[in-house]
Amino acid sequence: MARMKFICDAERCIECNGCVTACKNEHEVPWGVNRRRVVTLNDGVPGEKSISVACMPCSDAPCMAVCPVNCFYKTDEGVVLHDKDVCIGCGYCSYACPFGAPQFPGQGTFGVRGKMDKCTFCAGGPEEHGSQAEFDKYGRNRLAEGKLPACAEMCSTKALLAGDGDVVSDIFRSRVVQRGKGAEVWGWGTAYGTAAKQGA
Amino acid sequence: MRSTWMISAAVSAVFTLSACGEKPQDKMGIRSDQPAQAGTGVAAFTEPGWKAGDHASWSNHLRARANYGMNDHQRAPK
Repeated sequence: MARMKFICDAERCIECNGCVTACKNEHEVPWGVNRRRVVTLNDGVPGEKSISVACMPCSDAPCMAVCPVNCFYKTDEGVVLHDKDVCIGCGYCSYACPFGAPQFPGQGTFGVRGKMDKCTFCAGGPEEHGSQAEFDKYGRNRLAEGKLPACAEMCSTKALLAGDGDVVSDIFRSRVVQRGKGAEVWGWGTAYGTAAKQGA
Repeated sequence: MRSTWMISAAVSAVFTLSACGEKPQDKMGIRSDQPAQAGTGVAAFTEPGWKAGDHASWSNHLRARANYGMNDHQRAPK
């Protein structure tokens, strides 16, 4: 069974924000909501690194764990989605998410906070696939159209990879081998204690 | 005596190894969705080359699409 994952190759990301634009355009995301953002560390300093961040469909998602109304569910492909008809806009998921994925539109039913909106891995929501109701609430359902997320497919340098975790890791592994510098995944050194090689 | 020891060993093994397992990943939450491979029924937006309702066909299509679209090392001439 496929398990959908994103990987952002920090060696390739050029902070063009094409993924952010593709997402906003594909799903007609309202003002003030960014389902995807590009974060840059050491901006302006030689060796700066950028990474595109959105919902990273966690295997053990903290948003699901803390939601008081249990509005989240997980698809067979491991994509974490939520039901906006159940969401009360409390914001607990926002506190729990390590990636800042949950977004809250300014306008909406629940005062200034509104119902939660987040990256759906272009998998829509619980409404009927391809319906106007699904598009209005969650955006386009590209997975059910036989496509991958728009952000990754639009990425000009192919820094952002999306798809089945096995495929994505195979692609990334082949790049690492070609570069010959070792794994440059962000956080690798922190997690495994291996310092980045010179020039990496 | 021996059977008691074996039972206690088995029970302790169950408790110890249960932490090594993985939580179920499928269908959690209060509401489930149609599977993605069911398709949208909107032909204009649906990518050709796979059969709606067939999980293997859908999965293989996405795998090929990911490799073609993102794996430039595979596409570049050797």
